[in-house]
Amino acid sequence: MSTLEVSPLESSSGRPGEPVINDFSIQVATVNGSGSQTANSVLLRALFQMGIPVSGKNMFPSNIAGLPTWFTIRASKDGYIARRKEIDFLVAMNPETAREDVLKLDSGAAVVYDEPLGLKELRSDVHFYPVPFDKLVAPVCPDAKLRKLVRNMIYDGVVAWLLSIEMPEVRKALVKQFGKRKAKAAELNWGAAQAGFDWAARTLTKTDPYIAERMNATAGKVIIDGNSACALGAMFAGVTVVTWYPITPSSSLVESLMGYMKRFRHDPETGKATYAIVQAEDELASIGMALSAGWAGARAMTSTSGPGISLMSEFIGLGYYAELPAVIFDVERVGPSTGLPTRTAQGDLLKNAILSHGDTRHPMLFPSSPGECFSMTGEAFDLAEKFQTPVFVMTDLDLGMNNWMADPFPYPERPIERGKVLTAEDLNRLGGFARYEDVDGDGVGYRTLPGTNHPGAAYFTRGSGHNQKAQYTEREDDYVNNVDRLADKFETIRKHVPRPVVELNPKATIGLVAAGSSDYAVRESADQLRREYDTETSYLRLRAYPFTQELTDFIRRHEKVYVVDQNRDGQLVALMRLEFEAELIARLCSVRYYGGLPLDARTVTDEVVRQEGL
Amino acid sequence: MSTTVTPPPKKVNRIGLEVLNYKGSKTTLCAGCGHNSISERVVEAFYELGVEPWKVAKFSGIGCSSKSPAYFLGQSHGFNSVHGRMPSVATGAMLANRNLIGLGVTGDGDTASIGIGQFMHMVRRNVPLIYIIEDNGVYGLTKGQFSATADVGSTLKTGAANELPPFDCCALALKWGATFVARSFSGDKKQLQILLKAAIAHKGLAVIDVISPCVTFNDHDGSTKSYAYVKDHEEALHELDFVPFYEEISVEIPEGQVRDVELHDGSHLRIRKVGRDFDPTDRLAALSALEEAEAKGEVLTGVLYLNTSKPTFLELLNMVEEPLATLPESRVRPPAAALHEVMEELR
Ligand SMILES: Cc1ncc(C[n+]2csc(CCOP(=O)(O)OP(=O)(O)O)c2C)c(N)n1
Ligand code: SF4
Ligand SMILES: [Mg+2]
Repeated sequence: MSTLEVSPLESSSGRPGEPVINDFSIQVATVNGSGSQTANSVLLRALFQMGIPVSGKNMFPSNIAGLPTWFTIRASKDGYIARRKEIDFLVAMNPETAREDVLKLDSGAAVVYDEPLGLKELRSDVHFYPVPFDKLVAPVCPDAKLRKLVRNMIYDGVVAWLLSIEMPEVRKALVKQFGKRKAKAAELNWGAAQAGFDWAARTLTKTDPYIAERMNATAGKVIIDGNSACALGAMFAGVTVVTWYPITPSSSLVESLMGYMKRFRHDPETGKATYAIVQAEDELASIGMALSAGWAGARAMTSTSGPGISLMSEFIGLGYYAELPAVIFDVERVGPSTGLPTRTAQGDLLKNAILSHGDTRHPMLFPSSPGECFSMTGEAFDLAEKFQTPVFVMTDLDLGMNNWMADPFPYPERPIERGKVLTAEDLNRLGGFARYEDVDGDGVGYRTLPGTNHPGAAYFTRGSGHNQKAQYTEREDDYVNNVDRLADKFETIRKHVPRPVVELNPKATIGLVAAGSSDYAVRESADQLRREYDTETSYLRLRAYPFTQELTDFIRRHEKVYVVDQNRDGQLVALMRLEFEAELIARLCSVRYYGGLPLDARTVTDEVVRQEGL
Repeated sequence: MSTTVTPPPKKVNRIGLEVLNYKGSKTTLCAGCGHNSISERVVEAFYELGVEPWKVAKFSGIGCSSKSPAYFLGQSHGFNSVHGRMPSVATGAMLANRNLIGLGVTGDGDTASIGIGQFMHMVRRNVPLIYIIEDNGVYGLTKGQFSATADVGSTLKTGAANELPPFDCCALALKWGATFVARSFSGDKKQLQILLKAAIAHKGLAVIDVISPCVTFNDHDGSTKSYAYVKDHEEALHELDFVPFYEEISVEIPEGQVRDVELHDGSHLRIRKVGRDFDPTDRLAALSALEEAEAKGEVLTGVLYLNTSKPTFLELLNMVEEPLATLPESRVRPPAAALHEVMEELR
């Protein structure tokens, strides 16, 4: 291990000369396609294995190779895993961005960089560690073609020495990353990491204050991205028909689902699949297949992002009126077409709530963590089938594609709920049925599946023009009765969606409201407000739309409620304004971030401070 | 496996159902609309073959044609979906329940314009489905605009002539993977009925493009989709006969004159040569026959192509035999050990 000589140079986070332990962010600036992903994951995992809470955020361009990308790792002894704006430790590998990256740093930060970039001259208030990467990589990687990739592991070694990251943990992470089948590649990379470490130990003098120190806050936890968690949720919810069309950031959801299903959803005897996964020709088709599979009784899902949702709009309206179950994953990203497709946002909230034309309303679930991605996916399937309607699971690029620490997912306790489906025996007993009759007073009719062995099972499915018996009608009263019943059904759904998490603070007069991945930044912001501004807040984290009584009560209890949105126009707060009476609306304030990066606490804090005049 | 039916008081088919069991609600289409004749043939074909109607699922898009599934097979589930996207709807339902007999009805606007993409991808997948295009060269339901199957030079009632080349849905289906491709005429009762029966017996995608005149918007002089024009220009490729699987094949097949094709369910399609010698298993021959007919302004009808060996989309997916829709929880939710295994890997 390195001996630490901490310099008197001033640091932003600690007092001069004092080490900053387990509270820093590392940013690795590279070029897309340079293979730095592995090196970054290894660093993240090594810290995690040392018991330090971590999060990893990949900020990548819409490009296969050549454009700049940044990977940020935050280590936080206090468990803050939202993005942190300030970078303490920069690994500058990209000549294109290196100067700008360095100039943006706060004073006291540290920079590991490729020696030829000559960054040292740029400023005198940061700690520079030039590394001759090319010289170091040649002896450990005889194959010149591989050097571009292996080079990245050298910075892992250097950073490990500088931050006191334990090398056995680096090795363990590396082996895990490469798996048993790529043992040779793992050895090659390990050689590079060691070379970096040894060189640093021999050559460098540590002057920055940042140090990683083993703690015990990650025991038993796993690291997983939200898309994989949704995929696992779907598999354990018993999904049978999956349709999709590739789009960032949702593709990896179905891609990881394919991997899991191949392992766990083939009949052991016959080897046959208990599911179908179909890559459709576009989102018009993927939603058509999913809704119709739901109509025919499958547990059906599709996964997409904003542009795909736009294409699905007409069909989802039909799904609402014709009452067809399906789960739609919307891994949100920024605007249409080339509108920052690889950046995160929560910009589909308003559109999805009322997607399509006519009087349509759709439930949305807002998981905020991999654990909820898993459990809420199960709930979404049950809701879709119980209430015979399309249900959205709303995540975003940050939650979906980045790596998160999570507790291992508990196995679902409750059996799968498949809703009101009449079998041939039921029909014999009942003598008949009317598809859209509200028999139980909850707005939900009984349905039959095509292929039910009974002459009375059939009904005809069409859009808005039908009466209780599913017969064609254009009569005013039939139409009104039907949409009123659908409104009743939505009220029933309101009683069954996941309730919000409410943390009331008796001392608070202001409340914070957020949904999904905003959770981490908002919680950290609440601590900042308390610590730095002596301002207490209550917190309500929404877990679903339609909103429930808890939200009304929460707004009533507070003089002001700050609703945090990851979009320009305040879509979440707009949805509340649609529902609430004027007296409650008057208490709503809006905090918005829409820059495409994962939300950070400081942005929320600064905005609340500004509006409160603190 | 033959069934003899003793004459009952009411006329019933081999599974004891009356023709009434195969009818739907009263049509709301115009009197004389070709689509109504097609509905009648559908009723006859399913009744005569003795198919259990509740095993059938009907799909359609939007248009006069797409309304028609309400007017036949009232004991079958039906799904009147959105314009041009019935192929995905049919595909989804068939994924959920591979035992369904899928029957799609669409229009030329539905298929050849807004739905051309979904149509082609369904063709490419060879989804097991009977896919009837009720082709009248216009958009009936939106009151008579040209569709993409209108022939060059064909005129609207206003006198406006179409100048763009038509899509030939049969040629498209042939080229890209449908395994049963036929063209017929709503006025040709016998041929259409046999084609429908053969399509029911077939296992893959059966595309039947039926010229089905729109009496209200496209039945005038100058239209190439009018009753008069089609009657004058129909060229039947062959005479057809259908021997269902439950009947003994009694008559010897005369050498050379008749091709006998055994269909998936054991039924036989007898194809009797008239004039030209046409081999419906030869894709290239079918394509060139269509080209020639188009050049001559003829409407070539009959079985253009038949392939009884190509696997369907559902077969390629390697799914369990039972419908996915009704698999019990024990088969679709992996055990706790599986979750544990994945979690261990992520530690
Ligand atoms: C998305 C969408 N666009 C347009 C329409 C209007 N529309 C209804 S039917 C139709 C054309 C139907 O033509 P075709 O499929 O040939 O059926 P036909 O009425 O001729 O049988 C159109 C354009 C629609 N229903 N949906
Ligand atoms: S408008 Fe044409 S296509 Fe529509 S029902 Fe009348 S005749 Fe048939
Ligand atoms: Mg038409």
